[in-house]
Amino acid sequence: MKRIPMLTAAALLAACASGPTDERPRVSDAEIDRVTAVLKRDFHARGQATMNRVDLDAVQRACNLYNDNPPAELAKRLEEAQLKAIPFPSGSLVGDWKRGERIAQSGRGSMWSDKPGVQEGGSCYNCHQLSPKVEAYGTIGPSLAGYGKIRGASPEMQKYTYGRIYNSKAYSLCTQMPRLGHAGTLNAQQIKDLVGLLLDPASPVNQ
Amino acid sequence: MRKLTCGAGIALALALAPAYAQKSIYADYQRMTAENAPTELYELAGEELWKKKQGPKNASLESCDLGQGPGVLKGAYAALPRYFADAGRVMDLETRLLHCMMTLQGRSREEATKRVFGNADRASEFEALSAYVARESNGMKIAAGRSHPKEQESYELGRELFYHRAGPWDFSCASCHGEEGKRIRMSDLPKLDDPKYVRPLMATWPAYRVSTSKIVTLQWRMNDCYRQMRMPEPAFGSDVTVALIHFMTVTSEGETYRGPAIKR
Ligand code: HEC
Ligand code: HEC
Repeated sequence: MKRIPMLTAAALLAACASGPTDERPRVSDAEIDRVTAVLKRDFHARGQATMNRVDLDAVQRACNLYNDNPPAELAKRLEEAQLKAIPFPSGSLVGDWKRGERIAQSGRGSMWSDKPGVQEGGSCYNCHQLSPKVEAYGTIGPSLAGYGKIRGASPEMQKYTYGRIYNSKAYSLCTQMPRLGHAGTLNAQQIKDLVGLLLDPASPVNQ
Repeated sequence: MRKLTCGAGIALALALAPAYAQKSIYADYQRMTAENAPTELYELAGEELWKKKQGPKNASLESCDLGQGPGVLKGAYAALPRYFADAGRVMDLETRLLHCMMTLQGRSREEATKRVFGNADRASEFEALSAYVARESNGMKIAAGRSHPKEQESYELGRELFYHRAGPWDFSCASCHGEEGKRIRMSDLPKLDDPKYVRPLMATWPAYRVSTSKIVTLQWRMNDCYRQMRMPEPAFGSDVTVALIHFMTVTSEGETYRGPAIKR
């Protein structure tokens, strides 16, 4: 209550002419905990969406606390911890781009309406342009068209790309990209297939 | 173009932006809304349900107080969500309807909420009733309650929830509705903390959704967005869902209500 500025009314009246209602609120640790408690009270488990999904980890807490813009030192420390926890497979990380394309197209996975282990997807096209031939793509993330053609498929690129998909927060703490491996949505083989989609010179992404 | 009401300038700018090219179909829907909305069927079904004697008390909802006095429908929807002293909490339309089903008709929460979201074949009670009640606010200014301390609290909770990232995919509402001009796949994502975008949208719920051939309500929308967020399920009529609806409705204050409408 105390954080509702008197300006709110004026801002609301300004309506169309103005920008957002308010500045996005800065929340304290206690307020974050209060929101979590309300979620725990008001939500219930359904299907695979169990109630522990409401609990915050250190990354989510930092991003909530600092409006997605945490102090550089804190961000660096948390990113390093996320990176260290990625189980990189050994050997080539470039899987089958054809399977990767299907995973990238599917927006299913991890929802209460999805059967675990069936038809999981990465929702990649929801946020990224990938194959230039596919017109139905979202714009929350950058275009990845030509990704491998531009950057090559060196072991370093394979590792970076695998890591990005497994846990994007290891590279940019408060990115909107989900941690698809870390979250348990995609397994190692699926992520390799997506690396194939991005890096294989034969993949439609690189045509 | 659903953003039309905020000024032809914005509409024109958006119409010309290539990212919005596929959006011209909105113009058709907008025209359809003005002419013969299929929402009328739901409004009629809702009227029947409003007057139908049901539940252990064999009572109708006709004396339900939606905030303007028992049985008063005129302008009731445009003034929701608001605080209800008899329930001690802020309620949106659907939550209030459930309250009346329980108190007036003597129905249990469990029974009354068995089927809160319908399908293309059959709307739920809440969907039909919402269409009926909302129609009686058509042409009136949106003015959700915001003077009672509980109303301030609800608005603030809604605002905090809007930016609260959680769940296995780390999403908040703002992940998808926090920036201008973004799309998820082919769906345009309105920036919902910005009056410019949220006003025309809040002015048109509940709505007949062409893509799924069914009527949908804001409680359904909250439920489905949390599903996409990979979160567990929010209870129908819970404080969380009401607070988010309250936040967006307060942000739309003063807009003329013109639903029930048609949405893509
Ligand atoms: C909800 C949105 C979202 C989804 C879903 C998503 N991404 Fe991203 N992705 C982003 C954003 C935003 C960035 C920008 C980088 C940042 O924020 O650090 C990004 C960055 C990337 C990058 C790094 C790009 C660079 O220039 O280095 C790669 C690779 C990538 N995504 C691949 C994928 C793949 C593959 C999938 C599906 C398995 C996927 N993304 C799903 C939003 C998303
Ligand atoms: C993962 C993406 C995603 C997240 C996160 C998300 N939404 Fe949505 N939202 C969508 C999509 C997709 C639509 C449908 C757009 C369409 O129908 O064209 C939508 C539509 C809506 C609408 C309807 C706008 C209209 O047309 O009137 C509202 C209101 C809304 N969302 C609120 C929320 C709220 C509140 C939250 C957080 C609890 C949220 N959304 C989180 C993807 C999301």
